[in-house]
Amino acid sequence: MNNAVRFLTRSTSIWSRNIRVWAKLAGPSLMGNFGEPLLYLLVLGYGLGQFVGEVQGLTYMAFLASGVLCTSAVNSASFEGMYSAYTRMDVQQTWMGMLSTPVGVGEVVFGEILWAATKSLISVCAILIVATILGLVADAWALFILPVAFLTGLCFASLALLVTSSAKSYDFFLYYTTLFITPMVLLSGVFFPIDTLPIGVQWLAKSLPLYHAISLVRPLMTGGEVSFVLPHLLVLITFGATAGILAAYRIKKRLIK
Amino acid sequence: MNAVDPQLPIVKSIDLCKTYAGIAVVNKLNLEIKEGSFCGILGPNGAGKTTTLRMFIGQCPIDSGELTIFGKAMPENASLVRESVGVVPQMDNLDPDFTVKENLHVYGRFFGIPSSELKERIHELLDFASLQDKADSKISELSGGMRRRLTLARALINKPKLLILDEPTTGLDPQARQAIWQKLRELKKQGITLIITTHYMEEAERLCDRVIVMDHGEVKADAPPKKLIRSEIESHVLEVHAADDRLLERVQQDESVARSEKSGDIHFFYGEKLKVALEVLEQSTHDDYLFRPANLEDVFIKLTGRDLRE
Repeated sequence: MNNAVRFLTRSTSIWSRNIRVWAKLAGPSLMGNFGEPLLYLLVLGYGLGQFVGEVQGLTYMAFLASGVLCTSAVNSASFEGMYSAYTRMDVQQTWMGMLSTPVGVGEVVFGEILWAATKSLISVCAILIVATILGLVADAWALFILPVAFLTGLCFASLALLVTSSAKSYDFFLYYTTLFITPMVLLSGVFFPIDTLPIGVQWLAKSLPLYHAISLVRPLMTGGEVSFVLPHLLVLITFGATAGILAAYRIKKRLIK
Repeated sequence: MNAVDPQLPIVKSIDLCKTYAGIAVVNKLNLEIKEGSFCGILGPNGAGKTTTLRMFIGQCPIDSGELTIFGKAMPENASLVRESVGVVPQMDNLDPDFTVKENLHVYGRFFGIPSSELKERIHELLDFASLQDKADSKISELSGGMRRRLTLARALINKPKLLILDEPTTGLDPQARQAIWQKLRELKKQGITLIITTHYMEEAERLCDRVIVMDHGEVKADAPPKKLIRSEIESHVLEVHAADDRLLERVQQDESVARSEKSGDIHFFYGEKLKVALEVLEQSTHDDYLFRPANLEDVFIKLTGRDLRE
């Protein structure tokens, strides 16, 4: 068998193990996927929208929807890549069990990244449905949001697994969420356009992947013009690939010792 | 994987070494394990048993030396080798999110075994592990013995040629242990090569046709258990508990006492007959003593000492 095919087949067996577990608890998980963004959209969109009025020619709720969607992709993949992956790596020793079969560390890590991105995709689908019902989606171009969301999921899953590779306990993840994820979400144009921010902060936001995901998703959702597609995609791919390779390397060091 | 050349040892290591933080955990290990043998590795905690087994399956890098499994160099061929190896780890890592049956299914998929084939295989394995009634139970509902049997069944999903078991019966009650022993004997009959580590000497004595005693990463002895007892130690042991010094002195005067040791308030006298020593004890008022044939545990203590390990 071709090496690449074998790698993918084995990674997929990790992915399908995880989706099997998810399927058992799909009910509460999906409720979270639908419920939380719906609350954010309705409460913030409606409540704040009264004061804000239009933003970049959009109702505030329409502006916010794409931000909430991307944030959800980030959070789903990050949670899965940190808390859930750590449980399987350390607490349950599930990965060690996998590593007694022909599966290797790289395949485990890639399978986990694929799965975490799939969770992003699931939650983004839920939000897209909610947004469509609320009349916040302009046209069928919005379907292209799905591959962008999946890529965003891959990127943040890789980053999360890189964090997990150094984790000694669940508490460790608070550093990453508090020092990285939360500031990034606040500054990347989820709640307001970043051009009101000082120029230095704008550059900081542009150096992080979430801004680029939003820059692609917002026009796709609201019928705007999508520009700089390739640079935006490249930022997401570069972050994801670098973090993914580093994560696999570090997790191998940690487990095979 | 292709059939293994019967001439080729299943495991062969030459000067295998592993060091952690400057301490040699495995030190120049030279081993050859033939197909179909049931090999026990004994040793105190920290002797290097688990590290050795982990190297066998590519879960631990090799610092120096050579290791081949089925004639394939490790760790380069780890993935290929693991296709034909079953592993029962020291710590349970069954998947708590799944039922008994699902555990076997998901694990089988990691080997790339098609679902259609797995169905029949799982049926056989549940039978083998006497877990038919528990097929749809959650892992948390299983007893310790059932979990171990399931872990054993899981390790057999790929029809391995070599089965590696790291302390498979630790923490089990006698019934559960004997059930595992029975399964392992069945596997041996099927021609599977088995390597087991254990702290239970009678387990090694009963199951293994070869016992390797390890300490500080080195092989201290390597022979069939009966032969080990014959060659490494005197035939009998007299244990005298909490006796006064004058009595002990008289026991010691028996010329057939080849060796004696003290551990806490127990004195051990090793020898062939120990006739005089026994007479001394019989005539005394002291009745807290035990005269018995030497066993593998005595060999183990002789080779690795009485000091406590971590």
